[in-house]
Amino acid sequence: MREVDPRTKFSRRFLLKAAAAAVPTAAIVSATGLSIDDAWAEGGVLEPSTMKTLVKVARDIYPHDFLGDVYYIAAIKPWNDKAAADPQVKAMLEDGVRRLDQDAKDRHKTTYADLGWEDDRVALLRGVQHTDFFNKVRSDLVVSLYNQKELWPKFGYEGSSAEHGGYLTRGFNDIDWLPKA
Amino acid sequence: MAQFGQNDDSVVVIIGSGAGGGTLGNELAQKGVKVVILEAGPRTEIQDFVNDEWESFSQLAWTDARVSSGSWRVAHDFPNLPAWIVKSVGGSTTHWAGASLRFEEHEFKVASAYGGLHGANLLDWPITKADLDLWYEKAENKLGVTRTNKIPGLPGNNNFKVMEAGARKLGYKEVHTGRMAINSEPRDGRGACQQIGFCFQGCKSGAKWSTLYTEIPEGEKTGNLEVRPNSHVAKIEHDQTGKVSGVVYFDEKGVEQRQKARIVCVAGNSIESPRILLNSASNMFPDGLANSSGQVGRNYMRHMTGSVYGVFEKPVHMYRGTTMAGIIRDESRNDPSRGFLGGYEMETLSLGVPFMAAFLNPGGWGRTFTSAMEAYPRMAGMWLVGEDMPQETNRITLDAEVKDKHGLPVANVHYDDHPNDIAMRNHAYRQGAAVYEAVGATVTYPTPPYPSTHNMGTNRMSEKARDGVVNKFGQTHDIPNLFVSDGSQFTSGAACNPTLTIVALAIRQADHIATAMQRRDI
Repeated sequence: MREVDPRTKFSRRFLLKAAAAAVPTAAIVSATGLSIDDAWAEGGVLEPSTMKTLVKVARDIYPHDFLGDVYYIAAIKPWNDKAAADPQVKAMLEDGVRRLDQDAKDRHKTTYADLGWEDDRVALLRGVQHTDFFNKVRSDLVVSLYNQKELWPKFGYEGSSAEHGGYLTRGFNDIDWLPKA
Repeated sequence: MAQFGQNDDSVVVIIGSGAGGGTLGNELAQKGVKVVILEAGPRTEIQDFVNDEWESFSQLAWTDARVSSGSWRVAHDFPNLPAWIVKSVGGSTTHWAGASLRFEEHEFKVASAYGGLHGANLLDWPITKADLDLWYEKAENKLGVTRTNKIPGLPGNNNFKVMEAGARKLGYKEVHTGRMAINSEPRDGRGACQQIGFCFQGCKSGAKWSTLYTEIPEGEKTGNLEVRPNSHVAKIEHDQTGKVSGVVYFDEKGVEQRQKARIVCVAGNSIESPRILLNSASNMFPDGLANSSGQVGRNYMRHMTGSVYGVFEKPVHMYRGTTMAGIIRDESRNDPSRGFLGGYEMETLSLGVPFMAAFLNPGGWGRTFTSAMEAYPRMAGMWLVGEDMPQETNRITLDAEVKDKHGLPVANVHYDDHPNDIAMRNHAYRQGAAVYEAVGATVTYPTPPYPSTHNMGTNRMSEKARDGVVNKFGQTHDIPNLFVSDGSQFTSGAACNPTLTIVALAIRQADHIATAMQRRDI
C-alpha cells in the first residue's frame, strides 16, 4: 500500500502567516521550534499572556502530541484581530482566561498555563465547557486547526487530488491486508 | 441561448435547477416548450470546483439563514445549518454522491404495508412502482447508472473493500459497488471516473451526472431554455381566477424582478419549495399557495441517518476514490421482527480531515476525540440511510423573527425523531459496527446525523386533495398551472437515496405538462 509521508513540508506563506512579523527570521527558519512566547513578542490587542494561555487551551482541547505549537498558534492567532475589531470578543476572551487562571489559583495555586498536568487543566476546562467562551473557542478551533493543509499529511490525508489525476493510479484500491472473502 | 422577455406569459417558469428543476427544464425544452429556470445561486462550473471541503462548502452550499428546532440532534449541533444542500446552478446534483436506486414496491404504499403507526402520518402514494418503472428506466439511461443498461459497476476502492469483506463475513448477500450515476466508462461525452474523491465538492472530471453539465446545456442548445442564475425567488403571483401568473424574484443586484408565466414549477428542494408557497400567501390564499389541505410544509422527512467509522490496525485511506463506493442492501427490506418498520441501506462514506473533525462527534474534544482523529488513515466509514416516518408535526414553517437579506421570512425546520427512526438507527449502528468488527476493527464510532442532505415530503403527493398538496403528476390540487417538481412531492421517503426518483418523476411530469399544454388543458 502507498502510505502518506507525514514529514512536515512548510510553505513559506504558512510560516509567515503563523509567525507573522513578530518573530525573527531565524525563528521562522526553524519554525517547528517556534515557541509560544516568541509568537506573541509583538503583541496585539490581547496581552501576550492571554494569547499564551489560549494556545495552551487550544492544545488541551485538541491534544495532538505530534503537532508542534506552530499549528496551535496559527489556529489561535486570528482571535487577536477579532478582539481588535470587537470589544465584546476581547472581553469574552480576557474574562475566559481570567476565570481559568482564577480556578487554577484556587485549586492549584498557579496559573492555567503553568499547571503541569494536562488532566488538571482539562478538569478546569470541564468547569467552563458550557460557557460562551469555551464554545466559541472550541467551535472556531475545530476549523482553524484541522483546516490547516500543512498538518493534513500528519493525519495521513492527502488533500486535493484532481490535479494529480485522482487516485486511479495512485492507490485507490491498494489495500493488501484484508482476509480473503 | 434563449432569452425570454419578462412579459412573455407563454413560458414555463421553473424555480430551481437541480435534479428536479434541471431535468424538467431540459425535458420540456426538448419538446419545444419555452422554459425559464430561476436559480437562486451562481453558475459555478467544473473548472471552478475545488478539492477542499471548507472552501467548496463556501462556494456551493446554501448558507443563507435558516433556523431549526425539535429533538433531532442536528438542531443542537448545527442550529443554523439544518440541511447541507446547494445554492448553485445544478443544485444538489453538484454535491450528491451519485447513488441511484429505485424504490421498492411496498415503499409506494406505506399506509397499507406498515399499517397504523402511532404518530406517523402514513399515506400510500397515488402511483405504484409499476407506474414509475418505465420512467425509472428512462432516468437510469439518462444518468448512465452503473449496473443498468449494460454499464459495468465501478471498481471498488479501499473503503469499499473493507466494508465488503466485513459484510461477507457477516453473511450479507447483496453487496456491490452500487448503482451509481458515475461513469465507469466514457458515456454521453463525459469520461470515466478518475477516483478523485471529493464527490461532494463537485466532480472535477464530470464523470458524475449533474444537471449543471448535462441537462442544462442540452436544454440551452435547443434555444428553448434560459437559465437565470442569482435569481432568488420571493413569491409566486396569481390572477383573479386563482391561477398562477408569474414569479417575483430578486436579481444579483438585489433588484426586484417579475417574470410572467403560463405555468410555474417549484423545484427548490423540500425546505425552500414550501417556504416559497407559504411566502406567496395572498388575500385569496391566506395560508399560502396550494395549501387548502394545510399540508404545505408538513411531513418533512430527512431519512434516518448516522455513520459508523471503524478503526483498524493497518491503513485504509478511505478518502481515496469514489466517496460512496459501495453498498450493503440486505437491511433495506421491511422486516418488523428487527423492531422497526421499513429498512435501511449501508453505503460507504468518507470525509476529509477537516470535515471529519467537524462531524465525527460535534462538540467533542479532549483525548477521546483526538485519538479518533489520529486514527484517520486507518479508518473505514459507512453512512446509514433508511426510511424515516412522515409526521405532520415535522414541518417547514416561516420563522416569525429571522429574515433573509431580501427581508423574506426564513424557513424553520422542525424535526423530532419518531421512535421507529431511533430503533432503526440503533439497529443500524450495531450492524455497521459488526461489519467492521468482523474484519478486525479495534474501535468503532457511531457518528450522529449530519445536516440533512435528503430533504423530502413537504408538498406530498396524494390521491385526495384533503390529504396532500399535489396529485400523481406533481400538479397542485388547488391550482392547475402550479406544479411541484422536486423531492417535496414524496409521500414517503423509502430507504434509498432520493435522486433517481426525483429525476424519474421530473421526466414523467414533463411528458404530462407538454401533453396538457398541447391540449390547451393548462
